[in-house]
Amino acid sequence: MADSPPLETPHTRVPSTEEYAQVQESEEFGELRRSYRSFAFPLTIAFITWYLLYVLLSSYAGGFMGAKVVGNINVALVLGVLQFVSTFLIAWWYARTAAAKLDPKAEAIKTRMEGGA
Amino acid sequence: MSTDYVILAANEASEHRTLIISLFTAFVLATLGITVWAGRQTKDAADFYAGGRQFSGFQNGLAISGDYMSAASFLGIAGAIALSGYDGFLYSIGFLVAWLIALLLVAEPLRNSGRYTMGDVLAYRMRQRPVRTAAGVSTIVVSIFYLLAQMAGAGILVSLLLGITSEAGKILIVALVGVLMIMYVSIGGMKGTTWVQMVKAVLLMFGAALLTFLVLLKFNFNISDLLGTAAANSGKGDAFLEPGLKYGISEMSKIDFISLGIALVLGTAGLPHILIRFYTVPTAQAARKSVLWAIGLIGAFYLMTLALGFGAAALMSPKEITDSNPAGNTAAPLLALHLGGVDSTWGAILLASISAVAFATILAVVAGLTLASSSSFAHDIYANVIKRGQATEKQEMKAARWSTVFIGIVSIGLGALARDLNVAGLVALAFAVAASANLPTILYSLFWKRFTTQGALWSIYGGLIAAVGLVLFSPVVSGAPTAMFPDVDFHWFPLSNPGIISIPVGFLLGWLGTILSKEEPDKGKYAELEVRSLTGTGAH
Repeated sequence: MADSPPLETPHTRVPSTEEYAQVQESEEFGELRRSYRSFAFPLTIAFITWYLLYVLLSSYAGGFMGAKVVGNINVALVLGVLQFVSTFLIAWWYARTAAAKLDPKAEAIKTRMEGGA
Repeated sequence: MSTDYVILAANEASEHRTLIISLFTAFVLATLGITVWAGRQTKDAADFYAGGRQFSGFQNGLAISGDYMSAASFLGIAGAIALSGYDGFLYSIGFLVAWLIALLLVAEPLRNSGRYTMGDVLAYRMRQRPVRTAAGVSTIVVSIFYLLAQMAGAGILVSLLLGITSEAGKILIVALVGVLMIMYVSIGGMKGTTWVQMVKAVLLMFGAALLTFLVLLKFNFNISDLLGTAAANSGKGDAFLEPGLKYGISEMSKIDFISLGIALVLGTAGLPHILIRFYTVPTAQAARKSVLWAIGLIGAFYLMTLALGFGAAALMSPKEITDSNPAGNTAAPLLALHLGGVDSTWGAILLASISAVAFATILAVVAGLTLASSSSFAHDIYANVIKRGQATEKQEMKAARWSTVFIGIVSIGLGALARDLNVAGLVALAFAVAASANLPTILYSLFWKRFTTQGALWSIYGGLIAAVGLVLFSPVVSGAPTAMFPDVDFHWFPLSNPGIISIPVGFLLGWLGTILSKEEPDKGKYAELEVRSLTGTGAH
């Protein structure tokens, strides 16, 4: 790990401010930004809402949360564990989407800008 | 019966003090060895601040878990569950769900656009000096609050486990922790710190897994049986398994709980010592991978604390737990003793191992916090504000090493003063400041085209002052028996956690400061930041 060569390889070109501005305006980058934001923003609102719902239920719906599901396992415990499950699932879903839809677009732009082609 | 246990536990602890001390010394020697080795590999600023950016996603995920799972998580949450039942579990959920914000919105853009500190991203398209100063102030405030809680926790833990009760002994422990963290960080830099955190994460996961397995074994893997025994043994019945035992007492305590919940979920992605970990990997994809590993490890760990907390409640009486520490902080080590068998060698070995793991936990976390504050001081304040970006790499690294020593000494001093104060509020406060001052500024910087320097300053200082100010006038500081200063009362803010007010204040001020600014946002710089953050073009 420590002996690997430095990251910044000498042939990497530093793009100019104009190039960044041009790329930012481009259709291709607009597409990348749209794909990212339309995935990440609604999902963030969704999981924060789901979490707040859980917090509110814990505070104000004691009877419901205390209802027994199986043996001594009640709704509160099931919902709490479901928060864990939903967190794992969202993380996995985001990683998959990012690798399939975002990374190729980002990589294409980066390669072009740094290669100067 | 329960008092007998306590006496036994205390005897075990002192009889097997040698064992605890040897395990602990082994950990310290091993980590110091790693530190010296890492120090030899640390040649330039990227090595010191970012570990050479050569760690893999998995290694960094492990180190993030080691950086994040503090003594508050291991000892605090297990103890809270053991005493307050379900309400203790609520912390775990907030601490975990918070990682989705880091994953979806912060980790990758930050990795792509920053170099060494949180300030790199906040100041990217702003006037450097004022925004760097603000970012440095906020980084140091958050990290010091967090650090004090850990140091005071170390003092409490060690004095209980080793039977050190004298004031001088406690101060000595705090000083020892401080000296070790100065050595880890000033010699080993980010490389040394990362390896210490990885070792600690492995030890902690193994320790928690072993205890969980033993607890479940005792109940024949019947979780319902474990919960039932815990509820019956707690003397609180079914209420022990339901929310509300701790936070459902009054309307105000319910709002306090919501406030805490918001601060926990929004704070993580604004903690500087977590953010700088994303710079230790080569690419944004590796940063993503490290968060995925961290979510898996941290999630698994918090599920295990559930077994530890309810296991402690099922196997010990509440009195036994509170006699050892009123806040329940020693429930996990006591549980280890019970699982191994009180008065048996096996029990003593388990107790000693778990205590050593808890101490390793504290050391790894304080190292991460010290690194975050000294990096920010050297890179944001010294190099970019005082030297106006003209410092050489050598000067900057020297400044980073010296600020480590300085921050370490300040923390030892404050930690010694704070050793007997109620520290539970400090971690929650660190999260509230991170969520009120840092998170709004990070999100606006990355995603809002119009955001200006004035907006950034208003959100950082506004969120910071709102959070710290409200805590100052809350029951955490005065006017309650559990307050830092129980004998005086100048509180008028009813909640212990300021998040529900201070987080919206941070967001609102960032917006207001922006729309009221006279200066135009730097469009060219935003184009650069946006393209860079999403594609990694030109990333360091």
